[in-house]
Amino acid sequence: MELFLHQVLAGLATGGIYACMALAVVMIYQAIDHLNFAQGEMAMFSTFIAWQLIQWGLPYWLAFGATIVISFAAGVAIERVVLKPLHNAPVLSHVVAFIALLAILNSGAGFIWDYTIKSFPTPFGNGPLFAEGLMSRHDGGMIAVTLLMLAFLYLFFRHTRIGLAMRAAAANPESARLAGIRVGWMTALGWGMAAAIGSVAGMLIAPVVFLEPNMMLSILLYGFAGAVVGGLTSPGGAVLGGFLVGIVENLAGTYIPVVGREMKLSIALFIIVAVLCVKPSGLFGRPIVTRV
Amino acid sequence: MSKLLEARALCAFYGATQVLFGLDLSIEEGGITTLLGANGAGKTTTLRALCGMVRTTGDIRFDGKTISGRATEDIVRLGIAHVPQGRGTFSRQTVEENLEIGAMTRSGRAAIAADIERVYGYFPRLRERRRQQAGTLSGGEQQMLAVGRAMMLRPRLMLLDEPSFGLAPLIVEELFGILRTLNLTEKVSMLVVEQNAALALDVADEAYLIETGELVSCGPAQQLRDDENIRRAYLGY
Repeated sequence: MELFLHQVLAGLATGGIYACMALAVVMIYQAIDHLNFAQGEMAMFSTFIAWQLIQWGLPYWLAFGATIVISFAAGVAIERVVLKPLHNAPVLSHVVAFIALLAILNSGAGFIWDYTIKSFPTPFGNGPLFAEGLMSRHDGGMIAVTLLMLAFLYLFFRHTRIGLAMRAAAANPESARLAGIRVGWMTALGWGMAAAIGSVAGMLIAPVVFLEPNMMLSILLYGFAGAVVGGLTSPGGAVLGGFLVGIVENLAGTYIPVVGREMKLSIALFIIVAVLCVKPSGLFGRPIVTRV
Repeated sequence: MSKLLEARALCAFYGATQVLFGLDLSIEEGGITTLLGANGAGKTTTLRALCGMVRTTGDIRFDGKTISGRATEDIVRLGIAHVPQGRGTFSRQTVEENLEIGAMTRSGRAAIAADIERVYGYFPRLRERRRQQAGTLSGGEQQMLAVGRAMMLRPRLMLLDEPSFGLAPLIVEELFGILRTLNLTEKVSMLVVEQNAALALDVADEAYLIETGELVSCGPAQQLRDDENIRRAYLGY
Protein backbone atom coordinates (compact mmCIF):
# COMPACT_ATOMS: atom_id res chain seq x y z
CA MET A 1 0.00 0.00 0.00
CA GLU A 2 2.80 2.36 0.85
CA LEU A 3 4.46 1.58 -2.45
CA PHE A 4 1.18 2.34 -4.22
CA LEU A 5 0.79 5.68 -2.44
CA HIS A 6 4.39 6.51 -3.13
CA GLN A 7 4.00 5.79 -6.81
CA VAL A 8 0.78 7.81 -7.04
CA LEU A 9 2.47 10.80 -5.45
CA ALA A 10 5.52 10.42 -7.65
CA GLY A 11 3.15 10.17 -10.60
CA LEU A 12 1.45 13.35 -9.48
CA ALA A 13 4.84 15.04 -9.42
CA THR A 14 5.77 13.99 -12.97
CA GLY A 15 2.15 14.61 -13.92
CA GLY A 16 2.70 18.23 -12.95
CA ILE A 17 5.31 18.44 -15.72
CA TYR A 18 2.95 16.97 -18.26
CA ALA A 19 0.07 19.13 -17.06
CA CYS A 20 2.18 22.25 -17.64
CA MET A 21 2.97 21.16 -21.15
CA ALA A 22 -0.59 20.01 -21.86
CA LEU A 23 -1.83 23.46 -20.87
CA ALA A 24 0.44 25.08 -23.46
CA VAL A 25 -0.69 22.54 -26.06
CA VAL A 26 -4.37 23.29 -25.43
CA MET A 27 -3.71 27.01 -25.48
CA ILE A 28 -2.31 26.89 -28.99
CA TYR A 29 -4.94 24.40 -30.11
CA GLN A 30 -7.65 26.82 -29.04
CA ALA A 31 -6.03 29.63 -30.98
CA ILE A 32 -5.11 27.87 -34.22
CA ASP A 33 -6.99 24.57 -34.24
CA HIS A 34 -3.79 22.55 -34.75
CA LEU A 35 -1.31 20.82 -32.52
CA ASN A 36 1.98 22.65 -32.59
CA PHE A 37 4.78 20.10 -32.80
CA ALA A 38 7.34 22.79 -32.07
CA GLN A 39 5.75 23.62 -28.72
CA GLY A 40 8.28 21.58 -26.76
CA GLU A 41 11.26 23.08 -28.56
CA MET A 42 9.87 26.56 -28.03
CA ALA A 43 9.69 25.83 -24.30
CA MET A 44 13.20 24.39 -24.34
CA PHE A 45 14.57 27.45 -26.13
CA SER A 46 12.85 29.74 -23.62
CA THR A 47 14.40 27.77 -20.79
CA PHE A 48 17.84 28.26 -22.32
CA ILE A 49 17.17 31.99 -22.45
CA ALA A 50 16.30 31.91 -18.75
CA TRP A 51 19.47 29.91 -18.05
CA GLN A 52 21.53 32.44 -19.97
CA LEU A 53 19.97 35.34 -18.07
CA ILE A 54 20.74 33.61 -14.77
CA GLN A 55 24.31 32.97 -15.97
CA TRP A 56 24.62 36.68 -16.63
CA GLY A 57 23.81 37.29 -12.99
CA LEU A 58 20.10 38.06 -12.98
CA PRO A 59 18.25 36.93 -9.85
CA TYR A 60 16.01 33.89 -10.48
CA TRP A 61 12.62 35.58 -10.39
CA LEU A 62 13.77 38.48 -12.54
CA ALA A 63 15.07 36.02 -15.13
CA PHE A 64 11.80 34.08 -14.79
CA GLY A 65 9.70 37.16 -15.53
CA ALA A 66 11.97 38.39 -18.32
CA THR A 67 11.85 34.97 -19.97
CA ILE A 68 8.06 34.98 -19.94
CA VAL A 69 8.01 38.39 -21.60
CA ILE A 70 10.65 37.45 -24.18
CA SER A 71 8.87 34.18 -24.96
CA PHE A 72 5.56 35.96 -25.38
CA ALA A 73 7.10 38.41 -27.83
CA ALA A 74 8.88 35.59 -29.67
CA GLY A 75 5.62 33.62 -29.93
CA VAL A 76 3.85 36.61 -31.45
CA ALA A 77 6.79 37.16 -33.81
CA ILE A 78 6.81 33.51 -34.94
CA GLU A 79 3.11 33.72 -35.77
CA ARG A 80 3.50 36.98 -37.67
CA VAL A 81 6.57 35.94 -39.62
CA VAL A 82 6.16 32.20 -40.18
CA LEU A 83 2.48 31.30 -39.82
CA LYS A 84 0.62 34.37 -41.02
CA PRO A 85 1.71 33.95 -44.64
CA LEU A 86 0.38 30.37 -44.42
CA HIS A 87 -3.01 31.16 -42.99
CA ASN A 88 -4.89 30.00 -46.07
CA ALA A 89 -2.60 27.05 -46.73
CA PRO A 90 -3.71 23.46 -46.10
CA VAL A 91 -3.03 21.77 -42.78
CA LEU A 92 -0.04 19.87 -44.12
CA SER A 93 1.81 23.12 -44.86
CA HIS A 94 1.31 24.09 -41.23
CA VAL A 95 2.62 20.74 -40.08
CA VAL A 96 5.71 21.18 -42.22
CA ALA A 97 6.23 24.66 -40.75
CA PHE A 98 5.89 23.23 -37.22
CA ILE A 99 8.46 20.52 -37.95
CA ALA A 100 10.80 23.10 -39.47
CA LEU A 101 10.44 25.24 -36.35
CA LEU A 102 11.17 22.20 -34.22
CA ALA A 103 14.35 21.39 -36.14
CA ILE A 104 15.51 25.02 -36.25
CA LEU A 105 14.96 25.65 -32.53
CA ASN A 106 16.52 22.33 -31.57
CA SER A 107 19.71 22.77 -33.56
CA GLY A 108 19.75 26.49 -32.86
CA ALA A 109 19.84 25.80 -29.13
CA GLY A 110 22.51 23.16 -29.69
CA PHE A 111 24.54 25.60 -31.72
CA ILE A 112 24.33 28.45 -29.23
CA TRP A 113 24.49 26.57 -25.93
CA ASP A 114 25.87 23.14 -27.08
CA TYR A 115 24.52 19.75 -26.12
CA THR A 116 26.10 19.29 -22.71
CA ILE A 117 23.59 18.76 -19.95
CA LYS A 118 23.17 21.78 -17.68
CA SER A 119 21.52 21.99 -14.33
CA PHE A 120 18.77 24.52 -13.85
CA PRO A 121 17.99 26.05 -10.45
CA THR A 122 14.68 25.58 -8.67
CA PRO A 123 13.18 28.47 -6.75
CA PHE A 124 11.35 26.12 -4.39
CA GLY A 125 14.27 24.15 -3.01
CA ASN A 126 14.97 20.44 -3.33
CA GLY A 127 14.02 19.29 0.14
CA PRO A 128 11.00 17.07 0.78
CA LEU A 129 7.62 18.75 0.87
CA PHE A 130 6.37 16.49 3.68
CA ALA A 131 8.30 14.67 6.33
CA GLU A 132 7.74 11.34 4.53
CA GLY A 133 9.68 12.60 1.53
CA LEU A 134 7.15 11.40 -0.99
CA MET A 135 7.19 14.64 -2.92
CA SER A 136 9.89 17.25 -3.18
CA ARG A 137 9.32 20.93 -2.56
CA HIS A 138 10.03 21.57 -6.22
CA ASP A 139 7.31 19.10 -7.26
CA GLY A 140 4.85 20.83 -4.97
CA GLY A 141 5.84 24.24 -6.31
CA MET A 142 5.49 23.04 -9.87
CA ILE A 143 1.97 21.71 -9.25
CA ALA A 144 1.01 24.95 -7.50
CA VAL A 145 2.28 27.08 -10.39
CA THR A 146 0.42 24.90 -12.90
CA LEU A 147 -2.83 25.31 -11.00
CA LEU A 148 -2.16 29.04 -10.71
CA MET A 149 -1.70 29.33 -14.47
CA LEU A 150 -4.90 27.39 -14.98
CA ALA A 151 -6.79 29.78 -12.71
CA PHE A 152 -5.25 32.74 -14.52
CA LEU A 153 -6.31 31.37 -17.91
CA TYR A 154 -9.80 30.71 -16.65
CA LEU A 155 -10.19 34.27 -15.40
CA PHE A 156 -8.62 35.67 -18.55
CA PHE A 157 -10.92 33.81 -20.93
CA ARG A 158 -14.10 34.13 -18.88
CA HIS A 159 -13.89 37.62 -17.52
CA THR A 160 -11.91 39.87 -19.82
CA ARG A 161 -13.01 41.41 -23.09
CA ILE A 162 -9.83 40.43 -24.85
CA GLY A 163 -10.36 36.86 -23.66
CA LEU A 164 -13.86 36.94 -25.09
CA ALA A 165 -12.51 38.38 -28.35
CA MET A 166 -9.99 35.51 -28.54
CA ARG A 167 -12.71 32.94 -27.96
CA ALA A 168 -14.86 34.58 -30.60
CA ALA A 169 -11.99 34.68 -33.10
CA ALA A 170 -11.24 31.00 -32.56
CA ALA A 171 -14.88 29.87 -32.63
CA ASN A 172 -15.97 31.74 -35.73
CA PRO A 173 -13.26 33.81 -37.46
CA GLU A 174 -15.56 35.20 -40.14
CA SER A 175 -18.20 36.44 -37.72
CA ALA A 176 -15.48 37.77 -35.43
CA ARG A 177 -14.14 39.83 -38.32
CA LEU A 178 -17.64 41.17 -38.92
CA ALA A 179 -17.69 42.28 -35.29
CA GLY A 180 -14.50 44.22 -35.98
CA ILE A 181 -12.20 41.83 -34.11
CA ARG A 182 -8.70 41.66 -35.56
CA VAL A 183 -8.59 37.90 -35.90
CA GLY A 184 -5.00 37.75 -37.10
CA TRP A 185 -3.78 39.52 -33.98
CA MET A 186 -5.89 37.27 -31.77
CA THR A 187 -4.10 34.27 -33.28
CA ALA A 188 -0.77 35.97 -32.69
CA LEU A 189 -1.79 36.66 -29.11
CA GLY A 190 -2.66 32.97 -28.73
CA TRP A 191 0.82 32.05 -29.94
CA GLY A 192 2.37 34.54 -27.54
CA MET A 193 0.42 33.15 -24.61
CA ALA A 194 1.20 29.56 -25.57
CA ALA A 195 4.89 30.44 -25.82
CA ALA A 196 4.75 32.18 -22.42
CA ILE A 197 3.00 29.22 -20.77
CA GLY A 198 5.47 26.88 -22.46
CA SER A 199 8.37 28.92 -21.06
CA VAL A 200 6.99 28.56 -17.53
CA ALA A 201 6.59 24.83 -18.14
CA GLY A 202 10.16 24.61 -19.43
CA MET A 203 11.63 26.48 -16.47
CA LEU A 204 9.74 24.26 -14.02
CA ILE A 205 10.62 21.05 -15.82
CA ALA A 206 14.30 21.81 -16.35
CA PRO A 207 15.36 21.31 -12.70
CA VAL A 208 13.92 17.76 -12.89
CA VAL A 209 15.05 16.55 -16.31
CA PHE A 210 18.07 18.88 -16.68
CA LEU A 211 18.59 21.37 -19.44
CA GLU A 212 19.66 20.25 -22.90
CA PRO A 213 18.26 20.72 -26.41
CA ASN A 214 16.45 17.37 -26.44
CA MET A 215 14.88 17.69 -22.99
CA MET A 216 11.36 18.22 -24.34
CA LEU A 217 11.08 15.48 -26.94
CA SER A 218 9.46 12.88 -24.71
CA ILE A 219 7.77 15.43 -22.48
CA LEU A 220 5.90 16.98 -25.37
CA LEU A 221 4.60 13.51 -26.20
CA TYR A 222 3.31 13.16 -22.63
CA GLY A 223 1.90 16.68 -22.87
CA PHE A 224 0.01 15.71 -26.03
CA ALA A 225 -1.21 12.58 -24.24
CA GLY A 226 -2.43 14.65 -21.29
CA ALA A 227 -4.16 17.12 -23.59
CA VAL A 228 -5.82 14.33 -25.57
CA VAL A 229 -6.97 12.55 -22.43
CA GLY A 230 -8.49 15.71 -21.00
CA GLY A 231 -9.83 16.94 -24.29
CA LEU A 232 -8.05 19.43 -26.51
CA THR A 233 -10.73 22.03 -25.95
CA SER A 234 -10.56 22.10 -22.16
CA PRO A 235 -7.62 23.68 -20.28
CA GLY A 236 -8.83 22.20 -16.98
CA GLY A 237 -9.23 18.82 -18.62
CA ALA A 238 -5.73 19.03 -20.05
CA VAL A 239 -4.20 19.69 -16.63
CA LEU A 240 -6.13 16.80 -15.11
CA GLY A 241 -5.16 14.68 -18.11
CA GLY A 242 -1.51 15.54 -17.54
CA PHE A 243 -1.72 14.38 -13.92
CA LEU A 244 -3.55 11.19 -14.95
CA VAL A 245 -0.91 10.35 -17.53
CA GLY A 246 1.82 10.88 -14.93
CA ILE A 247 0.11 8.58 -12.45
CA VAL A 248 -0.75 5.88 -14.99
CA GLU A 249 2.79 5.93 -16.32
CA ASN A 250 4.27 5.50 -12.85
CA LEU A 251 1.85 2.79 -11.76
CA ALA A 252 2.32 0.88 -15.00
CA GLY A 253 6.09 1.15 -14.64
CA THR A 254 5.86 -0.27 -11.12
CA TYR A 255 3.19 -2.93 -11.34
CA ILE A 256 3.37 -4.25 -14.88
CA PRO A 257 6.68 -6.09 -15.05
CA VAL A 258 6.99 -5.92 -18.82
CA VAL A 259 6.80 -2.15 -18.86
CA GLY A 260 9.61 -1.25 -16.49
CA ARG A 261 11.71 1.84 -17.08
CA GLU A 262 12.43 1.39 -20.76
CA MET A 263 8.87 0.99 -21.93
CA LYS A 264 7.46 3.95 -20.01
CA LEU A 265 7.32 6.23 -23.04
CA SER A 266 5.15 3.82 -24.98
CA ILE A 267 2.57 4.26 -22.22
CA ALA A 268 1.97 7.81 -23.46
CA LEU A 269 1.40 6.60 -27.00
CA PHE A 270 -0.80 3.79 -25.74
CA ILE A 271 -2.91 6.30 -23.79
CA ILE A 272 -3.28 8.58 -26.82
CA VAL A 273 -4.44 5.72 -29.04
CA ALA A 274 -6.74 4.27 -26.39
CA VAL A 275 -8.46 7.60 -25.70
CA LEU A 276 -8.84 8.37 -29.38
CA CYS A 277 -10.49 4.97 -29.88
CA VAL A 278 -12.89 5.17 -26.95
CA LYS A 279 -13.65 8.87 -26.54
CA PRO A 280 -12.11 10.96 -29.31
CA SER A 281 -13.11 14.27 -27.77
CA GLY A 282 -11.31 13.45 -24.51
CA LEU A 283 -12.74 13.19 -21.02
CA PHE A 284 -13.73 16.84 -20.75
CA GLY A 285 -13.60 18.10 -24.31
CA ARG A 286 -16.67 18.87 -26.30
CA PRO A 287 -17.36 16.88 -29.41
CA ILE A 288 -16.57 18.91 -32.47
CA VAL A 289 -19.58 19.26 -34.68
CA THR A 290 -19.10 20.42 -38.22
CA ARG A 291 -21.95 21.56 -40.40
CA VAL A 292 -21.72 20.14 -43.87
CA MET B 1 -31.18 62.48 -48.49
CA SER B 2 -27.54 61.86 -49.27
CA LYS B 3 -25.75 58.76 -50.40
CA LEU B 4 -24.33 56.80 -47.47
CA LEU B 5 -22.75 54.11 -49.58
CA GLU B 6 -21.91 54.13 -53.25
CA ALA B 7 -20.44 51.37 -55.38
CA ARG B 8 -19.32 51.98 -58.94
CA ALA B 9 -18.49 49.27 -61.49
CA LEU B 10 -18.29 46.73 -58.70
CA CYS B 11 -16.92 43.35 -59.78
CA ALA B 12 -16.34 40.45 -57.42
CA PHE B 13 -14.37 37.24 -57.82
CA TYR B 14 -14.14 33.86 -56.11
CA GLY B 15 -10.72 32.73 -57.21
CA ALA B 16 -10.79 32.99 -61.01
CA THR B 17 -14.58 33.00 -61.22
CA GLN B 18 -16.22 36.36 -61.66
CA VAL B 19 -19.56 36.69 -59.88
CA LEU B 20 -20.41 40.39 -60.10
CA PHE B 21 -20.09 42.27 -63.38
CA GLY B 22 -19.87 46.01 -62.92
CA LEU B 23 -22.66 46.69 -60.47
CA ASP B 24 -23.61 50.29 -59.65
CA LEU B 25 -25.31 50.60 -56.32
CA SER B 26 -26.08 53.41 -53.94
CA ILE B 27 -27.73 53.45 -50.55
CA GLU B 28 -29.57 56.47 -49.22
CA GLU B 29 -28.79 57.63 -45.73
CA GLY B 30 -31.62 56.73 -43.37
CA GLY B 31 -33.48 54.48 -45.78
CA ILE B 32 -34.04 50.78 -46.28
CA THR B 33 -32.75 49.47 -49.58
CA THR B 34 -33.46 45.94 -50.72
CA LEU B 35 -31.47 43.80 -53.07
CA LEU B 36 -33.52 41.20 -54.90
CA GLY B 37 -32.72 38.41 -57.28
CA ALA B 38 -32.96 34.69 -57.81
CA ASN B 39 -30.66 32.08 -56.31
CA GLY B 40 -27.13 32.58 -57.50
CA ALA B 41 -27.76 36.10 -58.77
CA GLY B 42 -24.94 37.41 -56.58
CA LYS B 43 -26.90 38.99 -53.72
CA THR B 44 -24.82 37.52 -50.93
CA THR B 45 -21.66 38.20 -52.91
CA THR B 46 -22.64 41.85 -53.21
CA LEU B 47 -22.90 42.15 -49.42
CA ARG B 48 -19.60 40.29 -48.99
CA ALA B 49 -17.98 42.56 -51.57
CA LEU B 50 -19.09 45.68 -49.73
CA CYS B 51 -17.42 44.32 -46.55
CA GLY B 52 -14.18 43.36 -48.21
CA MET B 53 -14.80 39.64 -47.74
CA VAL B 54 -14.17 38.75 -51.40
CA ARG B 55 -11.77 40.08 -54.00
CA THR B 56 -13.28 43.04 -55.81
CA THR B 57 -12.52 45.66 -58.40
CA GLY B 58 -14.33 48.96 -58.76
CA ASP B 59 -14.87 51.74 -56.31
CA ILE B 60 -16.81 51.57 -53.05
CA ARG B 61 -17.32 54.69 -51.00
CA PHE B 62 -18.81 54.86 -47.55
CA ASP B 63 -19.71 58.32 -46.38
CA GLY B 64 -17.48 59.72 -49.10
CA LYS B 65 -14.43 57.66 -48.10
CA THR B 66 -13.09 54.91 -50.32
CA ILE B 67 -13.33 51.54 -48.55
CA SER B 68 -12.62 49.15 -51.43
CA GLY B 69 -9.53 47.08 -50.78
CA ARG B 70 -9.60 47.60 -47.04
CA ALA B 71 -9.70 44.79 -44.48
CA THR B 72 -13.12 43.65 -43.26
CA GLU B 73 -12.27 44.60 -39.67
CA ASP B 74 -11.48 48.17 -40.71
CA ILE B 75 -14.63 48.52 -42.80
CA VAL B 76 -16.71 47.24 -39.87
CA ARG B 77 -15.09 49.78 -37.59
CA LEU B 78 -16.39 52.59 -39.81
CA GLY B 79 -19.92 51.59 -38.79
CA ILE B 80 -21.03 48.91 -41.23
CA ALA B 81 -22.63 45.95 -39.47
CA HIS B 82 -23.08 42.82 -41.56
CA VAL B 83 -25.56 40.18 -40.43
CA PRO B 84 -24.45 37.21 -42.53
CA GLN B 85 -26.56 34.48 -43.97
CA GLY B 86 -26.95 31.71 -41.41
CA ARG B 87 -26.67 34.48 -38.81
CA GLY B 88 -23.03 33.96 -37.84
CA THR B 89 -23.90 33.35 -34.21
CA PHE B 90 -21.18 32.35 -31.75
CA SER B 91 -23.01 29.21 -30.71
CA ARG B 92 -20.80 28.17 -27.76
CA GLN B 93 -21.01 31.63 -26.21
CA THR B 94 -23.98 32.87 -24.24
CA VAL B 95 -26.52 35.33 -25.60
CA GLU B 96 -25.02 38.13 -23.55
CA GLU B 97 -21.48 37.24 -24.60
CA ASN B 98 -22.62 37.42 -28.21
CA LEU B 99 -23.85 40.94 -27.61
CA GLU B 100 -20.58 41.84 -25.89
CA ILE B 101 -18.67 40.51 -28.89
CA GLY B 102 -20.76 42.83 -31.06
CA ALA B 103 -19.47 45.79 -29.05
CA MET B 104 -15.83 44.68 -29.24
CA THR B 105 -14.77 47.72 -31.25
CA ARG B 106 -16.16 50.14 -28.68
CA SER B 107 -14.95 51.30 -25.32
CA GLY B 108 -16.88 52.41 -22.26
CA ARG B 109 -18.41 49.75 -20.05
CA ALA B 110 -21.43 51.81 -19.07
CA ALA B 111 -22.42 52.67 -22.63
CA ILE B 112 -22.07 49.04 -23.69
CA ALA B 113 -24.15 47.81 -20.75
CA ALA B 114 -26.80 50.41 -21.62
CA ASP B 115 -26.85 49.23 -25.24
CA ILE B 116 -27.26 45.61 -24.14
CA GLU B 117 -30.31 46.73 -22.19
CA ARG B 118 -31.55 48.56 -25.26
CA VAL B 119 -31.24 45.42 -27.39
CA TYR B 120 -33.16 43.51 -24.70
CA GLY B 121 -35.78 46.24 -24.95
CA TYR B 122 -36.29 45.48 -28.64
CA PHE B 123 -35.96 41.72 -28.18
CA PRO B 124 -37.34 40.82 -24.73
CA ARG B 125 -36.93 37.12 -25.43
CA LEU B 126 -33.16 37.55 -25.59
CA ARG B 127 -33.23 38.92 -22.05
CA GLU B 128 -34.94 35.76 -20.83
CA ARG B 129 -32.22 33.70 -22.47
CA ARG B 130 -29.24 35.89 -21.67
CA ARG B 131 -27.26 33.14 -19.90
CA GLN B 132 -28.12 30.48 -22.42
CA GLN B 133 -25.69 29.26 -25.06
CA ALA B 134 -26.63 30.93 -28.32
CA GLY B 135 -26.58 27.61 -30.18
CA THR B 136 -29.56 26.41 -28.15
CA LEU B 137 -31.82 29.25 -29.31
CA SER B 138 -34.54 28.76 -31.91
CA GLY B 139 -33.94 30.02 -35.44
CA GLY B 140 -35.99 33.15 -34.88
CA GLU B 141 -34.22 33.94 -31.62
CA GLN B 142 -30.85 33.43 -33.27
CA GLN B 143 -31.78 35.85 -36.03
CA MET B 144 -32.86 38.38 -33.42
CA LEU B 145 -29.58 37.83 -31.61
CA ALA B 146 -27.70 38.42 -34.86
CA VAL B 147 -29.53 41.71 -35.39
CA GLY B 148 -28.96 42.61 -31.74
CA ARG B 149 -25.26 41.83 -32.08
CA ALA B 150 -25.10 44.08 -35.13
CA MET B 151 -26.86 46.86 -33.18
CA MET B 152 -24.14 46.69 -30.54
CA LEU B 153 -21.71 48.12 -33.06
CA ARG B 154 -23.84 51.30 -33.20
CA PRO B 155 -23.74 51.00 -36.97
CA ARG B 156 -24.71 53.63 -39.48
CA LEU B 157 -25.40 50.97 -42.06
CA MET B 158 -26.65 47.45 -41.50
CA LEU B 159 -26.30 44.78 -44.17
CA LEU B 160 -28.78 41.96 -43.68
CA ASP B 161 -28.43 38.74 -45.65
CA GLU B 162 -31.79 36.96 -45.92
CA PRO B 163 -33.02 37.69 -42.42
CA SER B 164 -36.24 35.76 -43.13
CA PHE B 165 -34.44 32.56 -44.08
CA GLY B 166 -35.94 29.48 -42.44
CA LEU B 167 -38.23 31.41 -40.11
CA ALA B 168 -41.96 30.95 -39.52
CA PRO B 169 -44.13 33.66 -41.18
CA LEU B 170 -45.21 35.13 -37.85
CA ILE B 171 -41.62 35.47 -36.69
CA VAL B 172 -40.64 37.04 -40.00
CA GLU B 173 -43.38 39.60 -39.60
CA GLU B 174 -42.23 40.43 -36.08
CA LEU B 175 -38.60 40.66 -37.16
CA PHE B 176 -39.30 42.99 -40.08
CA GLY B 177 -41.45 45.15 -37.84
CA ILE B 178 -38.49 45.54 -35.48
CA LEU B 179 -36.13 46.25 -38.37
CA ARG B 180 -38.42 49.06 -39.47
CA THR B 181 -38.49 50.43 -35.94
CA LEU B 182 -34.69 50.28 -35.70
CA ASN B 183 -34.46 52.10 -39.00
CA LEU B 184 -36.76 54.87 -37.82
CA THR B 185 -35.79 55.32 -34.18
CA GLU B 186 -32.09 54.43 -34.28
CA LYS B 187 -31.52 56.01 -37.71
CA VAL B 188 -29.79 52.91 -39.01
CA SER B 189 -29.71 52.70 -42.80
CA MET B 190 -30.21 49.20 -44.11
CA LEU B 191 -29.43 47.08 -47.12
CA VAL B 192 -31.57 43.94 -47.01
CA VAL B 193 -31.01 40.95 -49.27
CA GLU B 194 -34.16 38.89 -49.59
CA GLN B 195 -35.60 35.95 -51.46
CA ASN B 196 -39.02 36.91 -50.20
CA ALA B 197 -39.49 39.81 -52.61
CA ALA B 198 -43.03 40.72 -51.61
CA LEU B 199 -41.99 41.11 -48.01
CA ALA B 200 -38.84 43.07 -48.81
CA LEU B 201 -40.60 45.46 -51.20
CA ASP B 202 -43.14 46.18 -48.50
CA VAL B 203 -40.64 47.55 -46.01
CA ALA B 204 -38.04 48.97 -48.40
CA ASP B 205 -37.80 52.47 -49.81
CA GLU B 206 -35.48 51.62 -52.66
CA ALA B 207 -34.98 48.37 -54.50
CA TYR B 208 -32.35 46.81 -56.73
CA LEU B 209 -32.94 43.76 -58.85
CA ILE B 210 -29.94 41.79 -60.07
CA GLU B 211 -29.48 38.75 -62.26
CA THR B 212 -26.25 36.76 -62.72
CA GLY B 213 -24.22 39.57 -61.26
CA GLU B 214 -25.69 42.38 -63.32
CA LEU B 215 -28.22 45.05 -62.58
CA VAL B 216 -31.65 44.48 -64.14
CA SER B 217 -33.62 47.29 -62.61
CA CYS B 218 -33.60 49.73 -59.75
CA GLY B 219 -35.75 52.47 -58.34
CA PRO B 220 -38.23 53.19 -55.58
CA ALA B 221 -39.61 49.97 -54.10
CA GLN B 222 -43.10 51.08 -54.98
CA GLN B 223 -42.16 51.28 -58.65
CA LEU B 224 -40.73 47.74 -58.79
CA ARG B 225 -43.74 46.45 -56.95
CA ASP B 226 -46.09 47.97 -59.49
CA ASP B 227 -44.16 46.85 -62.54
CA GLU B 228 -46.13 43.85 -63.76
CA ASN B 229 -43.39 42.54 -66.08
CA ILE B 230 -40.64 42.63 -63.50
CA ARG B 231 -42.88 41.05 -60.93
CA ARG B 232 -43.78 38.16 -63.22
CA ALA B 233 -40.34 37.61 -64.67
CA TYR B 234 -38.13 38.01 -61.63
CA LEU B 235 -40.06 38.14 -58.43
CA GLY B 236 -42.44 35.25 -59.01
CA TYR B 237 -45.63 36.56 -57.54
